[in-house]
Amino acid sequence: MGRGKLAAVDTVFFTGLLFLALVKATPIAFGAMAGLMSERSGVINIAIEGMMLMGAMMAFLGSVFFNDLTGGALPKIASLLAGLVVAMFFSAMVALLHALLSIHYKVDQIISGTVINLLAVGVTNFVANAFIDPNRIAGVGVLPVISIPILSEIPFIGRIFFSHQPLVYVMLIMVAVLQYALFKTPWGLRTRAVGEHPLAADTVGINVNRRRYINVTLGGALAGLGGAFLVLESVGRFQKLMTTGRGFIALAALIFGKWTSVGALGSALLFGFAEALGVRLQLGDVNELQALALLAGIGIIALAGVWSVLKLIRRGEDKRPSRTIGVLAIVGLATIAAALLIEWPSIEIPIQFLGLLPFIATVLVLAGFVGRAIPPAAIGKPYEKA
Amino acid sequence: MATAEATRQSRRRAILGRLAIPLLAIFTALVVASLAMVVSGTDPIKAYLALGEGAFGSQVARVETLIKATPFLLAGLGIALAFRGGLFNIGVEGQLFVGSAVTVFIGFSVELPAVIHIPLALLGGMIGGAVWAAIPGYLKARNGAHEVITTIMFNFIALRIISWTIGVDGPLRAPRTVAPETPAVFESARLPILIPDSRLHAGVIIAVFAAFVVYWLLWRTVAGFELRTVGANPSAARYAGINVEFNIVRTMALSGALAGLGGGIQVLGLAPYNFTTGFNVGLGFDSIAVAVLGSIHPFGVALAALLFGAMDAGARLMQLRTKVPIDIVTIVQGLILAFVAADQIIRRLYRIRAETEEGPVNLSELWGGES
Repeated sequence: MGRGKLAAVDTVFFTGLLFLALVKATPIAFGAMAGLMSERSGVINIAIEGMMLMGAMMAFLGSVFFNDLTGGALPKIASLLAGLVVAMFFSAMVALLHALLSIHYKVDQIISGTVINLLAVGVTNFVANAFIDPNRIAGVGVLPVISIPILSEIPFIGRIFFSHQPLVYVMLIMVAVLQYALFKTPWGLRTRAVGEHPLAADTVGINVNRRRYINVTLGGALAGLGGAFLVLESVGRFQKLMTTGRGFIALAALIFGKWTSVGALGSALLFGFAEALGVRLQLGDVNELQALALLAGIGIIALAGVWSVLKLIRRGEDKRPSRTIGVLAIVGLATIAAALLIEWPSIEIPIQFLGLLPFIATVLVLAGFVGRAIPPAAIGKPYEKA
Repeated sequence: MATAEATRQSRRRAILGRLAIPLLAIFTALVVASLAMVVSGTDPIKAYLALGEGAFGSQVARVETLIKATPFLLAGLGIALAFRGGLFNIGVEGQLFVGSAVTVFIGFSVELPAVIHIPLALLGGMIGGAVWAAIPGYLKARNGAHEVITTIMFNFIALRIISWTIGVDGPLRAPRTVAPETPAVFESARLPILIPDSRLHAGVIIAVFAAFVVYWLLWRTVAGFELRTVGANPSAARYAGINVEFNIVRTMALSGALAGLGGGIQVLGLAPYNFTTGFNVGLGFDSIAVAVLGSIHPFGVALAALLFGAMDAGARLMQLRTKVPIDIVTIVQGLILAFVAADQIIRRLYRIRAETEEGPVNLSELWGGES
C-alpha cells in the first residue's frame, strides 16, 4: 500500500510537476513583464488582461490568415510565427491606446485600464460571434517542442527547463534581459527615474512622456506574446474570454515580485506550480496535505532563488549574508523531500483554495504582512511640464 | 437685477455644459461602434432602431429595461459613493457576488413571513457586501495597501470561494442538480411583482429609493460631509479633526453595502430565484462606466443606469433582427467610458470650450495610500 503511494510520487512525477509549473507560469510572466515595463515608467497597468485577450485572438487570426494567404505553400511554422508577430502588434496597439488615454488625455489610469478591458472583451467576443464561430475557422496548429541539445540531457534540469515550446525560452530570456536592462543600463535608469521622479528626470533632459509611451507600448507587445501562448502553444484555437483572469494573476505576480522581472518570474512560477498541483490533485496523484507541503517547499526555494539572483545583480549593495540564502535553499529542499517521502494522511481540503494563492499573497505583501511591496513613487500621476 | 439674470443664465449654461459632454460621448460611441457593424455587413441604423425597440417599444421591453437598470443603478451608486470619498472601489464585482450569495443563503435556508424574510435577506446581502469592501478599506486605512489592487484581488477570492460553495458537494449547492447552482429561495423571500404577469419586481423601487438615500447621505448628513471632505483633501480633513482612517473604512463599507444590495435584489427579484456562477459576470466593471457617465452624482448615475439597462435589454432584439452579436453593447459601453473620461476628445471634436472647473476625477494619484 505504502509502496504504491511512494512509486506514484517519485522524481518523474516531481519533474513533471515542475515542467507543468513552468508552462503555466509562462503567460503569467509575460503579462507581468508587460506590467513591469509600464508601471516602472509610472503608468499603472490593470489592462494586462485586455491586452492578453487581444493578443490571443490576433495570434489565432494572424496565423490563420497568413496560412490562407500563402495557400499552405510555406511550412506551418511560418504561419505560427506570423501569428506571433500579429499578436504582438495588435496588443501593442491596445497598449498604445492605454498610453494615449492616460498620458495624452490624462484620463485616470485605472479608468483607462477599465476601458481597455471592456473594449477587449467586447471586441474579441464580437469578432468570435460574428466571424470566427459562424465560419468554424480551424487553427493552424501549435508550435513544436524544441529540445535543446546536450542541455536537455541533464537529469531533472533538462526535463524541466530545456524541452519546451519556443515561447517558454523566449520568456526566460526576456526576464533576464529585462532584469539586466532595468537595473544596469541607461535605458533602465531613465525608465526608473521617470517612474520615481519625473520632474528630476525632465530636468536632466529625459523626455518623460515619450519614454512612457514607448514603455507602455513595448510592454503591450509582451502581453501579446502571453496571450499568443494560450493559442499557439496549448489549445490551437481562440476561445471567448480564454485568458480567464490570467492578466490579473500577472498583475499579482508583478506586485508579489516587487516590481522586478526576476521577482515576477519567481511569483509566476509559484502561482504556476499551484495551478499545476491543482491539476494533479484533481487526478488524484497527490493528496491535499502533500500538495501543501510541496507548495511550501517550492515557495521557499523560489524565495531563495529570487533573492540570490537579486544579490548577484546588485553586487556590493546587498549586505545581507549569503548564508541565509543557503539555509533557505536547504530548508526548501528538505521540505520537498519530506513531501515526497512521507506518506501524508489524507484530509479533505477544497482544491479551489489553491487557486486563491496569488490573490491572497498579493494582498499580504501590499498590506505589509509579508515583506513590503512599494510601487514606483510617481505611478498613476500624469506628467505635466512645469 | 442684471447680475441675478446673468447668474441664472450662467447656471443654465453650466448645467447644459455638464450634460453636453455625456450626451456627445454617448452619440460618438454609437457612431464609432456602428463602424464595426458596417465592417461585419450590417446596417447600423436598422440595428440601433431594433435596439431602441427592444428597450422601449413595448411594455415588456420597458419592464426589461427597468429590471436591467436596477443592478447597474445600485452598483453604480456604490462606485460613485466611493469616488466621492476619494476611493476607487473596483471590487464591486466581488461585493455583488458576496451579496447575492448571502441573500440567497438566507432566502433558502429559513422560511419566515415575507415582511421579515425579504428585509432580512437583503440586509444580509448588504452586510456581506459591506464586509467584503470594508476589509480592503481597513487594509488601506491601516497599512496603506492601495484599494484598487486589493479589491481586484478580493474579486477573485470571492469568485473562487463562492464557486466552491456551489460546486460539487459545496455547502450551498442545490441537491440533485447538474449545473452548479443554489436552491431557489422560498416564496416568502421573493420580491413582490409590481405589474401582474410581468417581471417588474419591487427591487426597482428599492434602487430608486437608494439613489435618494445616497443623495441625502452625501449632502445632508455629517457623515456625508466628512466623506466628501476626506475625498477632496485627506490632509485638510485630518487637520479639521476628521478621523480619516475610520472614514475610509466606512466609505468602503457603504459602497460595498450598495453593491451587496444590488446582488441580493437580483436573486430575490428574478426567476429562477437562485444563484449560479455565471450570474451577473462583468456587471461590476460596467458599473464603473455607469458611475463615471453619471458624473458620480446619484441622479446622474440613475440616468446612466437607465441607458445601460436599455442597451442590455434591447440587445437581444437587435441580435435577432440584424444578426449583430450582442457584444456590440459592451463595445459601446467601453467607448462611452473612454469618451466621458477623455472629455478632451469630445471637446475638440465638437469645439466645446473647456470650462475652468476642476478636471476629471483622478484617483490613482493616491497610489500607495497617503499617510
